[in-house]
Amino acid sequence: MADEKFDVIVVGAGPSGNACALTLAQRGLSVLQLERGEYPGSKNVQGAILYANALEKLIPDFREDAPLERHIIEQRIWMMDDRSYCGAHYRSDDFNEEQPNRYTIIRAQFDKWFSRRVVAAGALVICETTVTELARDGNGKVIGVNTDRSGSTIYADLVVLAEGVSGLVGARAGLRSVPKPDTVALAVKEMHFLPSETIDARFNLQGSEGVVIETAGTITKGMTGTGFIYTNKESISIGIGCLISDFTENQETPYGLLEAFKQHPSVKPLLAGSEVKEYAAHMIPEGGYKAIPQLFGDGWLIVGDAGQFVNAVHREGSNLAMTTGRIAAETIADLKANGWAMNASNLSTYKARLDESFVMKDLKKYRNLPNVMHNKHLFTTYPQLLSNAAQTWFRVDGVDKKSKENAIVKSFFKTRKVRGLLGDVIGMARAWR
Amino acid sequence: MSSDPNIRVEEKLFQNRYLVDAGRPHITVTPHEVPSPRLLALTHVCPAGCYAQVDSGQVEITTDGCVECGTCRVVAEPYGEITWNYPRGGFGVLFKFG
Repeated sequence: MADEKFDVIVVGAGPSGNACALTLAQRGLSVLQLERGEYPGSKNVQGAILYANALEKLIPDFREDAPLERHIIEQRIWMMDDRSYCGAHYRSDDFNEEQPNRYTIIRAQFDKWFSRRVVAAGALVICETTVTELARDGNGKVIGVNTDRSGSTIYADLVVLAEGVSGLVGARAGLRSVPKPDTVALAVKEMHFLPSETIDARFNLQGSEGVVIETAGTITKGMTGTGFIYTNKESISIGIGCLISDFTENQETPYGLLEAFKQHPSVKPLLAGSEVKEYAAHMIPEGGYKAIPQLFGDGWLIVGDAGQFVNAVHREGSNLAMTTGRIAAETIADLKANGWAMNASNLSTYKARLDESFVMKDLKKYRNLPNVMHNKHLFTTYPQLLSNAAQTWFRVDGVDKKSKENAIVKSFFKTRKVRGLLGDVIGMARAWR
Repeated sequence: MSSDPNIRVEEKLFQNRYLVDAGRPHITVTPHEVPSPRLLALTHVCPAGCYAQVDSGQVEITTDGCVECGTCRVVAEPYGEITWNYPRGGFGVLFKFG
């Protein structure tokens, strides 16, 4: 291996690295993919929802043998206070389509399957090997990698950093900085196992139908964050996450938040009698457009979470990872086909193509949202106001409706004042636009 | 509904599979007399409870239960208060589900 030179070395075997390695191998390039885990997926954590569109572009027939859990027919969004939730649900039989749009998946199993496709396409995938640093020539161009397994440098024309949100190699080489505590969230998650019929009954499902619940509110104790509950075939993924900067400024523990979330009166019955089989934690890039680092240079480029490609509003990440991996690979393959060098000037095409895709368009649309979301009222005051309003409205207690309306309106103005309310509404509207 | 400070994260970690690289911790705390607010924060921020303040006041780490999320790196590495590496290839946490 040591004396061979590859067209491309891909660091990491998550969705972005797999998408990239697969596309490169399909286009006939020689690819070495290095993964530090025992198998691809053994270090990877996600909720997890798979958006079919991004994968279809890579593997059109993926539904035939990919390990998919349930296709999602219902989305619930809950605003929670300590005793209640106030929610919006959308369920449609239209999602019971021939080729469903969203699935729940279990990442360790999914990534293993994805990697088999990468190998089948002709890439060389080597696991249990941690890349320790990039190798550069006298001019600073990246020419390969050093690992903890082979004493000598492995050479390539280009190194793709698909090393994830906490990737070391790019940061060590000075290509990107360690994420700032206010641009990444820490999420913890548990896998709760239950018979599939029990899940069907509790969530009003049949066959392989699934529900996903996204939540916000007092469950994060005033910190900027969200919770989630996803139905898999025979398990429920439940998790909660907050900005790391908020965790450091509060005394809460991530596992304490998770336990309290599980004990919420609206959540506890969904999990009753389940067997927990795993506890995981992972960082999620939340900085959006403004946190995206320089994405390419002489002999290197960045894809996936390592590039902060997460749409925090829509909870999209793995699809952006796959799409950036694919677009990077297409760019590299085009350069190679034309015999052009893998230098910064030629690789700038990668960024130009990303700008034209939904990836950058979506991230740019929400570029100011991270600032607006850093507002503790969204996670404390508003859920309580909403809950009180709903309760006032629905309780039949002899108070006339006009008085109830007045009481609800007054509660908002009294709690947040006119300026606070206006500021929150205008801030949100401007950031959303 | 305040979160219970007595929750034992060890019981959660017990569900997980690890291949511990004995004697080669992948994260170390830089020796210090008095811990910084960041190191102290890690004693409650670390989702695996790897950081603890010892009786003499310093913050120490035991990496056996580490789930490799990178949070402590984000908090403390830029200040030189910890050194952070991935475990050697194949070692560390092995997620069955992820």
